[in-house]
Amino acid sequence: MIHDQRFGLQRHVALPGPLLLDGGGRLSPVEIAYETYGALRPDGGNAVLVCHALTGDQHVASEHPRTGKPGWWTRMVGEGKPIDPSRHFVICANVLGSCMGSSGPASADPAGTGPYAMAFPVITIRDMVRAQAMLLDHLGVGTLAAVVGGSMGGMQALSWAATFPDRVRSCVVIASTARHSAQNIAFHEVGRQAIMADPKWRGGDYYAAGDQPAAGLAVARMAAHITYLSEAGLTEKFGRRLQARPDNPTGAKSFGFDADFQVESYLRHQGIQFVDRFDANSYLYITRALDYFDLAEEHGGRLADAFRGTATRFCLVSFDTDWLYPTAESRRIVQALNAAGAAASFVELSSPYGHDAFLLDTPGLYRVVDGFLKAAA
Amino acid sequence: MSLRPDLAIIADHIGHRAHVLDVGCGDGELMAALRDNKQADARGLEIDPGNVAAAVARGLSVIQGDADRDLADYPDASFDYAILSQTLQTARAPDVVLDHLLRIGRRAFVSFPNFAHWRVRLSLLWGGRMPVTGLLPEQWYDTPNIHHVTIDDFRAFLKARGIAVEGAWFLSRGRRTTSAAANAFAEHAVFLLRRPD
Repeated sequence: MIHDQRFGLQRHVALPGPLLLDGGGRLSPVEIAYETYGALRPDGGNAVLVCHALTGDQHVASEHPRTGKPGWWTRMVGEGKPIDPSRHFVICANVLGSCMGSSGPASADPAGTGPYAMAFPVITIRDMVRAQAMLLDHLGVGTLAAVVGGSMGGMQALSWAATFPDRVRSCVVIASTARHSAQNIAFHEVGRQAIMADPKWRGGDYYAAGDQPAAGLAVARMAAHITYLSEAGLTEKFGRRLQARPDNPTGAKSFGFDADFQVESYLRHQGIQFVDRFDANSYLYITRALDYFDLAEEHGGRLADAFRGTATRFCLVSFDTDWLYPTAESRRIVQALNAAGAAASFVELSSPYGHDAFLLDTPGLYRVVDGFLKAAA
Repeated sequence: MSLRPDLAIIADHIGHRAHVLDVGCGDGELMAALRDNKQADARGLEIDPGNVAAAVARGLSVIQGDADRDLADYPDASFDYAILSQTLQTARAPDVVLDHLLRIGRRAFVSFPNFAHWRVRLSLLWGGRMPVTGLLPEQWYDTPNIHHVTIDDFRAFLKARGIAVEGAWFLSRGRRTTSAAANAFAEHAVFLLRRPD
């Protein structure tokens, strides 16, 4: 049998489109970098789409080619895991606007001579979902057994269920929300301003110089990273402990502005690591898409109307220490699902890890998702 | 696996393919039985996250929530049956919970431990202590049962509200017992109610 080039790791496709965008623009071609795991059953009934978060990528369960790190959700996807390639045909695609191979501001602008930069159209979560639907058409997947995501991935999952109700049998939404709050937008604005205030940003045209606004992007990442952790988690991990120095293993205050505290050193490290793998303009575009996200607004202001008459089953999970997308946001979605008469499950799990709990060792999470997905099979 | 006796009575009287909301569903024991034996479309509401996780892991649609707060979100007449088993006495506002139950379900099953059972009476009368029995195992300070109710209290409440009783079953030591003098001899009651027309 000839191997079908559409399936496997590190795949890339340029679809002609055009993709009609919520902002009024058209995107053509639509490039999508993606991976698939497992085999699509002849009846096509075992496809599971995994949607990634803001700075995530398509390498959900495979080694990242640039960082060499294992996949970002190997607790959820893999042999013996809730999403299992021996049963499921798993698809994970880099979102539109990102920088891991899908169309984004760093991609070549067909109307110009270089990258789009800020000429890339502003996109929405629903645009990302529509691009994924085009990918599924290309892969021959009609209906998804499930769409699964945490954080921004959960927003895509919700948007999938609302936009293509007939193509989604089950929808798993973890640590997510149906709209960005003022606080969410505010934190993102800090990040965007940090990038745009960096002189190296140059109005977005930094690609030719090969020198991105790393300082601004690192600050953006540092600010965002705080929102992914809980206050108790930070206190437990770092407290007020000082950073060890060559001359003093227990650390000392420098009476200067070095990273005296361990938490400062940790955040700086997070920022520096991040700029090696992420494009500053992509960060602007994706945070914008998140801030524009308001599923109720897309349905006349009533969230329940996004799910009216749906046959999709839903499973929502929130975490008690997540203050980025707190339980109240999941509850709001559950209320809407109840009002729409949808089959919905919801549980708030306890975790010390804050928003990041969806990626970490939170045993209840995997048990719940496993049971939910198996019940649909 | 055999169901708890009050749940077995409820399960026996629910028709095939009914649309059921189980309020205070625990780990989904009744819901699973209704799904497996009656092909019911069952949904649940449960306050304890461990129970919710267990119920969802067995493939049931259960929402973590509080009957006192979250029933308001459910539309009118959206279920054939709303079930409240062993939960009435734990509600902050049992009257409001019952109103919601009969608003959401076309019919409602309500089961509760009878606080006028003779053993409870004896305990209070002769012992002078709040009863701790098999059905009411907690001490006064840690009991979740904050609204103790008797069968006669409940009947009077239903009458005052004009709520129709379509069925009533009484249990003593897990067995059916007569409705005569149930207020003294039943440990447990199950009522099938219909909202006033």
